Amino acid sequence: MIYLYAFLVGGALCAAAQILIDKTAVTPARILVGYVCLGVVLSGLGIYKKLVSFAGAGASVPLLGFWHTLAKGVARAIRESGWIGIFTGGVKGMAGGLTFAILFSLIAAIFFHGKPENL
Amino acid sequence: MRLFCFENRPRIVSCASVGGGLEQQGPLSSFFDLTENDTKFGLDTWEKAERRMNELCVSLVMQKAKILPEEIDLAFAGDLMNQCTASSFAFRGRDLPYCGLYGACSTFAESLGLAALAVDSGKARRALSLASSHFCTAERQYRYPLEYGNQRTPTSQTTVTGAGCVILGQDPSPVGILEFMPGRIVDLSAKDMNNMGAAMAPAALDTLLRYQKETQTDFSGFDGIFTGDLGAEGLKMLRVLSDREGLSLPSSLNDCGILIYDRVRQDVHAGGSGAGCSASVFCGYLYSKLLDGEWNDILLIGTGALMSPTTALQKESIPAVAHLVRIRRC
Amino acid sequence: MMDYEAFSKSRARPSPFLKNLCLSYFSGGLICVFGQILVSSFRAAGFDPDTSSLLTTGTLIFLACLFTGLGWFDRIAKHVGAGTLVPVTGFANSMCSPSIDNKAEGFIFGVGAKMFLIAGPVIVYGTATAVLLGIVIRVLMIFGIDITGWIL
Repeated sequence: MIYLYAFLVGGALCAAAQILIDKTAVTPARILVGYVCLGVVLSGLGIYKKLVSFAGAGASVPLLGFWHTLAKGVARAIRESGWIGIFTGGVKGMAGGLTFAILFSLIAAIFFHGKPENL
Repeated sequence: MRLFCFENRPRIVSCASVGGGLEQQGPLSSFFDLTENDTKFGLDTWEKAERRMNELCVSLVMQKAKILPEEIDLAFAGDLMNQCTASSFAFRGRDLPYCGLYGACSTFAESLGLAALAVDSGKARRALSLASSHFCTAERQYRYPLEYGNQRTPTSQTTVTGAGCVILGQDPSPVGILEFMPGRIVDLSAKDMNNMGAAMAPAALDTLLRYQKETQTDFSGFDGIFTGDLGAEGLKMLRVLSDREGLSLPSSLNDCGILIYDRVRQDVHAGGSGAGCSASVFCGYLYSKLLDGEWNDILLIGTGALMSPTTALQKESIPAVAHLVRIRRC
Repeated sequence: MMDYEAFSKSRARPSPFLKNLCLSYFSGGLICVFGQILVSSFRAAGFDPDTSSLLTTGTLIFLACLFTGLGWFDRIAKHVGAGTLVPVTGFANSMCSPSIDNKAEGFIFGVGAKMFLIAGPVIVYGTATAVLLGIVIRVLMIFGIDITGWIL
């Protein structure tokens, strides 16, 4: 069942962004920044944790979910280290994903070349 | 007097046009002197490829006319790159005085008009006119990295990978430049960077209205009126705006950005754009129709959007310009 | 004086909205299902929930970078729009594509400097929002309210 919910919730989050792209003047870059802030807020309100247990990867794979890991990082860091965790927690939470993205982008730059898509 | 009429009729001595892969697959493919499927033209960067395209075009135009560089007095050339390096670098080492221009996609019409002024005045024996653009260099500079997964709107256009070059002189030749009307910068506060055609349409209208006022023409005598790169969206807006102004434009009104690609078969959205669009379409297709006598008298209205990535980020609107050149069999 | 921007927008050919909506829903959902399969597989292999989640993210980022390098990502994305943009694949593509694109300017000033060209704002504002959240959590703790349980 979780596979079905993953599909339904994940798809809905993407479709919501598509509505913003096609029907409003909001650019994709602003949508992503908006989703980031929304993700951290929804995590803080406890909503995102429930969404993840309901829809699994349908909530964790979209960018909102990536930022849920930021919120988790902050919460954990404050629990473990007190107020200093306010500043260390966020980046700690995204450390893994960010490192993967940097590493694989660098490797891709070594091996690949760009191509125009319409040829 | 803002309409320059050339009594001495500068003649088109020769034309050359070079294109890329998408242009090779398009409906005007046979009118190019040379098309290259490899968008890097055998080199290691897109920028070098655009320069190579310009070098080839200039060499071809001189070969076809059997003219040496020292027999041309000056060149007017431009492209879309920052600091116009695609044209300036292509003239390195050539014995040809170079005057760089930036008119965005209207550069070709601008350079043709200025070259005609130089030759008609009698001060230059011969003048060369060149403009180019390249899909990959334009994407990198104005929009997104090539491999970025963005979804383009139906109103967006595809930058032409192409270059067009003309030599003007007083040599005997059946086709000449009759008139040049430089455009004014028109800005109706269009801000949509995905719809350049609509941003440029008011400038094209402004130039056409001014031309009509000067010449009292009804435009019916022309075999064709070609805007540079309004694309399907921009051309539609031009017709709408001209109807509102009471300016009747004939059905022969067309656009180089629409002619150069097959919008059904090729993924080009609203059509072609770029400085190389009007340049390569004129120097190939339009010129050959004039040369073989199928057409007698045409107008080319090169249109350009004069914003930069910085002004767009600062939420400024898009000013545009449209230069008109009349070319006729003499 | 007419509002030309609004006028031209009203006359512009609209995006195929329904087609975009369906494709983005379907492809986004599919990527998430694939992510769920990965998470379940890693769990079954004995990894704890957090590590499974991280490995899933890493795998998706790897595949997005691979597809970007092979030139497939933008060909898919132009049809499915938000379907590849919203999942973490979009984030990976936004870092991978400028890296590949700017290779001509060298690995320091090209690849290195331009890698965050598109993803930069997401990281900046994500970090800033996290700090705000941290302040909220800590201030609430002073009043005896612990909301970390809602998050973790």
